[in-house]
Amino acid sequence: MDLNLSDEQRLLRESADRFVAESYDADHRRKMANDPLGFSPSVWKQFAELGWLALPLPEEFGGLGGGAVEIGILMEAFGRGLVSEPYVATAVLGAALIARCGTIEQNQASLPKVADGSLKLAFAHSERAARFDLAKVTTSANKTAQGWRLAGSKVAVLDGHAADQIIVSAHIHDHRGPSGRIGLFLVQATTPGLVISDYPRLGGGRACNIELFDVHLPEDVLLGDGSDALPAIEWAVDRAMAALGAEAVGIMQTLLDTTLEYTKIRKQFGRPLSANQVIRHRLADMAMQVDEARSMALRAALQVDAAPIERARAASGAKAKIGRCARFIGEQSIQLHGGMGVTEELEVGAYFKRLVAFDTLFGGSAHHYGRHAELSRRAVPA
Amino acid sequence: MDLSFNAEERAFQDEVRGFIAKNLTDEMKRATALTPSVFSDPDIGMAWQRALHRQGWGAPGWPVEHGGPDWTPAQRWIFETECARAGVPNVNVMGVKMVGPVIIGFGSPEQKNFYLPRILSGEDYWCQGYSEPGSGSDLASLKTRAVRDGDDYIINGTKIWTTHAHHANRMFALVRTSDGPRQQDGISFILIDMKTSGITTRPILTIGGDHEVNQVFFDDVRVPVANRVGEEGKGWTYGKYLLEFERGAGIASAKLREGLKAIADLAESDLTGRAIDSPDIATRISEVEVDIDALEMTELRVLSALQTGQNPGAVSSILKLRNSEIRQAVTRLGADVIGHDALAVEPMRPLYKLNHEPAMPEEMLTVMPEYLNGRAYTIFGGTSEIQRDIIAKMMLGI
Repeated sequence: MDLNLSDEQRLLRESADRFVAESYDADHRRKMANDPLGFSPSVWKQFAELGWLALPLPEEFGGLGGGAVEIGILMEAFGRGLVSEPYVATAVLGAALIARCGTIEQNQASLPKVADGSLKLAFAHSERAARFDLAKVTTSANKTAQGWRLAGSKVAVLDGHAADQIIVSAHIHDHRGPSGRIGLFLVQATTPGLVISDYPRLGGGRACNIELFDVHLPEDVLLGDGSDALPAIEWAVDRAMAALGAEAVGIMQTLLDTTLEYTKIRKQFGRPLSANQVIRHRLADMAMQVDEARSMALRAALQVDAAPIERARAASGAKAKIGRCARFIGEQSIQLHGGMGVTEELEVGAYFKRLVAFDTLFGGSAHHYGRHAELSRRAVPA
Repeated sequence: MDLSFNAEERAFQDEVRGFIAKNLTDEMKRATALTPSVFSDPDIGMAWQRALHRQGWGAPGWPVEHGGPDWTPAQRWIFETECARAGVPNVNVMGVKMVGPVIIGFGSPEQKNFYLPRILSGEDYWCQGYSEPGSGSDLASLKTRAVRDGDDYIINGTKIWTTHAHHANRMFALVRTSDGPRQQDGISFILIDMKTSGITTRPILTIGGDHEVNQVFFDDVRVPVANRVGEEGKGWTYGKYLLEFERGAGIASAKLREGLKAIADLAESDLTGRAIDSPDIATRISEVEVDIDALEMTELRVLSALQTGQNPGAVSSILKLRNSEIRQAVTRLGADVIGHDALAVEPMRPLYKLNHEPAMPEEMLTVMPEYLNGRAYTIFGGTSEIQRDIIAKMMLGI
């Protein structure tokens, strides 16, 4: 039992913190907010050079074999800088699904390119009617003589506009109708019939909705052997939630630091705001919740390879708890900044919005407390 | 980073389980499960302390030369977790965890030789004389006075919230020996034999129906000067050292988890008409469980830091705050889960020696007393408001 960072992990944290501090400032973020791409290709190239894109990938395909703790270290630093590069979509979600479901050939074709920065991925799974139920997929994949025909609609696809390839989930239909299996299809973003409508994402970066109008695809775009991909999807999303939880911790820490500083400087009634006990106690609560969120993000990271129910309980518990902490810290940071907190002139709002986006992604606190409760009743006590 | 135990740690876990299996009697287990106050009564608690002492585990936090087992933080974690899981008695901590470390840190060789073995063996039973009717959170305003008379102090005044004073044969107390420029000055730390003439104890019943705390009166009580720990007037320093021990005990999540499990079991039982089938109850159980997960990880992070000699800092206040709040959430949940049976009051104590048929199933007997008594968790050992002051000052610098 040891929760201290190894020397390598400490170095990773230092280099990530330094990179973010040097490359990301308010001007850069404002520029990105109005950029049609939403992130900087040169920063993406640096991610590749620093080995961060290779970090989570398996070693046999050009990766560094890093685990969820290492990803969390990077993500926390990204949170501090509100980094908007498509790291989760490509290196965490996309690459993990290929590594877990893909054939050796599919892995060889994709992962080394993810590592060197030349291939960006996105995962198109959520559908409006499914809300946050990962098992509900109505997008259909019909077998054709040449391969597959995909039809349906996807929403809230992270960074789909920037992706070279999009992993689309679809319900496989055979000649008897729906098979009950979800398949994952690696689709070129330029495929005819695939229509991407992107929009600015709350808190920075971009997301998109995707329409698939009878998209005809060759046979080999199906990842793996066509067995049901739902367990892999749940696994990948649990991992992504752990990573996003760590990012939220970085965001919350920055908001706490900024707000603390502000309450020391801002004077009303002839004394700093922080001279008031009600303000000090609020900040103490915020500090406590940052700490709880940090514990939960770490716990989720350490459980990503546990048995499915344990992993899912840890991921949902973390998502729910961190989401709740995030809302509190975000809303209180604005409150303690007073009127200025509500304006775009300070960055508090941008950090707050990224936290709200975190809470919404893959389902909010209420959804995940519910999932946790449901899983708890399925769990067999040890 | 690794949450799992290594081979040595697993072997130790087996050893602890073996010890518990051999020494925890059914009677002790039932009595503990049916004790709604913080500590077990001395007959149960001290029986367990004696068993621990025979094994050399009587004082996990003490240095080896005074009888500590020299455990790593991970071993302490395992020990506490296994004890909580098995439901061992809650030994009164005033001796081993509170006055013990102060005597070890600041006592004279004579005091160490006399008191420490008697704490370990359970021969002495201690209570704490800190709070006074006029001095709660503002502890340093205390007024109980010790006036020097030859080789004795003569003590007059009163202490309150004295846990198990009605069982204890000794008290450690903070008393005023002089008036300094600051109210923290002039306080001394003194060890008192409870049989000394002039001491009277008045029981205070708490809202859950338990007699755990008391008010103690001192009327010209003579205590030898040799019973003072450390220097005269430096008692505040020693007392604060002890409070940090009280708050930073650091391993509370395992007990919270067992408490929640008992409530969740009730919720899944026909006794409550399966309260868990209400989505609100099921979700609240998850909310509390997740809060316990977070506290457990924080405790493990602190333990890991301690293992490499890092100072965890003001985090002991966070642990105290969260432990007390989560404990209240568990007991609040319990009160909701038992439904109709929340109306029934069982006034007799101890609950494990009732000589009549109670109005509710035995599994529910402690639920309401624990909820009611549990309001005290955010008050004793420094209120939640004081803990927030400490976090703001020590962690945030405001």
